[in-house]
Amino acid sequence: MTDLKRRSLVAALGAAPLAVPLLTHAQTIEVNSKFKQVSSRERIRQRYFPNLVLTSHEGRKLKFYDDMVKDKLVIFNMFYAKCEGICSPITRNLVRVQKMLGDRVGKDIFMYSFTLKPKEDNVMALQHYAEMHKVKPGWLFLTGSPADMETLRQKLGFTDPDPALDKDISNHIGVIKYGNEPLERYGGCPGMSTPEWIAETISWVDWPKNSAHMKANGGAK
Amino acid sequence: MAYISKRNRRQEKERQIAAHNRRELIAAGFKRRDLLKLGLLTSAGMLIPKKGLSAHPINSAGMVFDDPVSPPTTPFQENMPRLTVAQPVAALNPAPTIAPNTAAGEGRTVAHQAFAQFPPQRFYELIQQQGTVSVALPNELPPQTIWGFNGITPGPLFVEHYGVLGSPGNGSILVRQRNNLPSNNGGFGLPSVTTHLHNGHTPLESDGFPCFFFAQGQFYDHHYPNVLAGVNSTHPGIGDIKEAMSTLWYHDHRIDHTAENTYKGLAGAYVLFNEFDTGNENTGFRLPSFGDGQNPLTSFDIYMVFNDKLFDEQTGLLAFDLFNTDGILGDKFLVNGKINPVLHVSPRRYRFRWLNTGPSRFYQMFVLGPNNTTKSFWQISTDGNLLEKPVQVTSARFAVAERVDVIVDFTGQVGKTFYLENRLEQDDGRGPTGNVFGAGQGTKILKIVVDGPAVADNSIDPATIPANQAVYFYGFPNTTDAPRITRTFRFERGNGQWQVNGKLANCNDIRFAIKRNTVEKWIFQNNSGGWQHPIHMHFEEFQTLTINGNPPSSTGLITRGRKDVFRLEHNMEAQVYFRFRDFIGKFPLHCHNVVHEDHAMMVLGQINDVGDNITQP
Repeated sequence: MTDLKRRSLVAALGAAPLAVPLLTHAQTIEVNSKFKQVSSRERIRQRYFPNLVLTSHEGRKLKFYDDMVKDKLVIFNMFYAKCEGICSPITRNLVRVQKMLGDRVGKDIFMYSFTLKPKEDNVMALQHYAEMHKVKPGWLFLTGSPADMETLRQKLGFTDPDPALDKDISNHIGVIKYGNEPLERYGGCPGMSTPEWIAETISWVDWPKNSAHMKANGGAK
Repeated sequence: MAYISKRNRRQEKERQIAAHNRRELIAAGFKRRDLLKLGLLTSAGMLIPKKGLSAHPINSAGMVFDDPVSPPTTPFQENMPRLTVAQPVAALNPAPTIAPNTAAGEGRTVAHQAFAQFPPQRFYELIQQQGTVSVALPNELPPQTIWGFNGITPGPLFVEHYGVLGSPGNGSILVRQRNNLPSNNGGFGLPSVTTHLHNGHTPLESDGFPCFFFAQGQFYDHHYPNVLAGVNSTHPGIGDIKEAMSTLWYHDHRIDHTAENTYKGLAGAYVLFNEFDTGNENTGFRLPSFGDGQNPLTSFDIYMVFNDKLFDEQTGLLAFDLFNTDGILGDKFLVNGKINPVLHVSPRRYRFRWLNTGPSRFYQMFVLGPNNTTKSFWQISTDGNLLEKPVQVTSARFAVAERVDVIVDFTGQVGKTFYLENRLEQDDGRGPTGNVFGAGQGTKILKIVVDGPAVADNSIDPATIPANQAVYFYGFPNTTDAPRITRTFRFERGNGQWQVNGKLANCNDIRFAIKRNTVEKWIFQNNSGGWQHPIHMHFEEFQTLTINGNPPSSTGLITRGRKDVFRLEHNMEAQVYFRFRDFIGKFPLHCHNVVHEDHAMMVLGQINDVGDNITQP
């Protein structure tokens, strides 16, 4: 603790107007010192990609940003193993998308399915789900602490602004999101669309065909 | 501090305070466990603003949710810019061709269908490129990197004229769009584009179909004949004057990426004059003169482009919510590219053309006068299509892409100050709550000061139009021809996916065909009590027949008239009437909350000479 007394801290936080002098102070600072020179890529990381530790269906522990997102083209969706609704058709769609993307999946393209029910989806349940759908390497089914999985869901925008609808997890299953982290290009599409169309939309955030990246990674799908 | 609604203002203040508190706590060396011990991270109440320190669970990375809020800015410091008028070029190199000039790098894939009939009389070239703009005082926000037509936003204002009898193609122009956007997008934006002229009677290969996008380094020639609907069908010669349009705009329409690209700046304005709506207040309908669009002593017809944006708290730079699928609201309100600017006017009548480019907000605009009085004004159009006559109103509501032309009379108001005030409450992307704030309680967007010099006013005073005169402008086309087919379009959400008739948009799926030169009746349905959708149809305007079984309104919030965006509100069903004439090709029907649009709330169709009988495309 610093010299700032806890009691006065509580008082300061409890009374909103006390923060106003801070704002006024900020306003007097010149714009150059008021704002930070932070890259947009870094701001995206800060805003959307918390470095949470997740566990994959293979039992590996992975840091969300460092190990899973950084420098990659990533595809996100939400599911849970015992889902009887549209999870299975979407997973089947993504199996076909994985096939279309070929051996780049696991190399520079990665697919991540996050459980909406971390309490029941342990590694074994995820492993079973992955095997049942015959997914290939480069596509991970992931669980973590309930708070972390909730954080991830919120950060990645698998939400509904109506609190009642937001509690119904079936509302978070239909959308696939994707992005190219170093290129800072992102998008989303419905998971119930055709696999061909899903793969095409993902290709829009891919590295340019003649780029050094593509030369090093074996070209397009 | 942004001028936003009282409720939003409070929320914004709370958020800013929360953000500053967080920084103070970090600076003071408080650790997370200290805050947990203090209970600061679990109690909401007055201690912690709604989405500040602790409204959400703490995760293992030690992060808390940080609902973004723009840095403070001081409103009403800078003048509202008047839009730069687009200038034609002498010639284009290479010269435009009817067939796509693929060898020279044209991204177009369909030949021009009306080029020979209406050869372009003037040529323009717009370069879509990165630019740097100032949106606020330089000590409050840093220079902003945007994508713009010719590097500016809003893009250049096209001032065009319809052809005349005997020479219907006199107004024909060709606009070459070049994609010189950079690969480095600064955090959002896809450098792949297609430009829609909203809502020209344009051959559809030039309309800006969402799937006709073209790549960096390519160009695309858009042929805009600027002809009246009916010119090749019901009204040979010049077309049906009752189909004249006046206030249009153009914007990026890249499938799935329209929201970020328009938000980044790819939007501009377009006006059309003719022998009645002349731009000269001494002739025709005598609407306030356009002049050169710049000189305040001669230009009284002013286009105002509204949008709301968010700027990053740390960097002060324009920020886009990448993973939002609901709709994006900004807390800074821009008019013609400036946050909360000031317009100086003379004591006379003005024509204001209001356009909302979104991304997701609905406005209900009032003119706020001294002492929280509400000044009435004259609404003359819906979506750029003149009404039968000016209608006196106290407000106009417009969602994304809707346009409203109004006449505001500042005669006798010397020295007074007015504000354009949005009083419609909206808290998220779902649409407005329905609550309309009281006078002075809404968001002041533009300050208008009547301190300009006295100048002559030869424009029509709408108050002098006799009450028993039903039609002052063109009147509306009839809605009595029998429709060939009635089709239903249900706009909905399922499992978080936007859908139309339970189906998802896909460029490879053209879901229905309209027979050229026929009439259709469409039914728009929204079964949701939570969401509202501004539904836009390309190429043709509709007239509303019924809303929830009732006729549209000619007064108040006007819904009668020709429109190209239907505001589909909660639990609403509407019947609308279309005529599809003259040209063929592919088009979209879509929600113009551009975030919904980018997540498949769209149906693709085509006009051909066969048509189909699909009633729920």
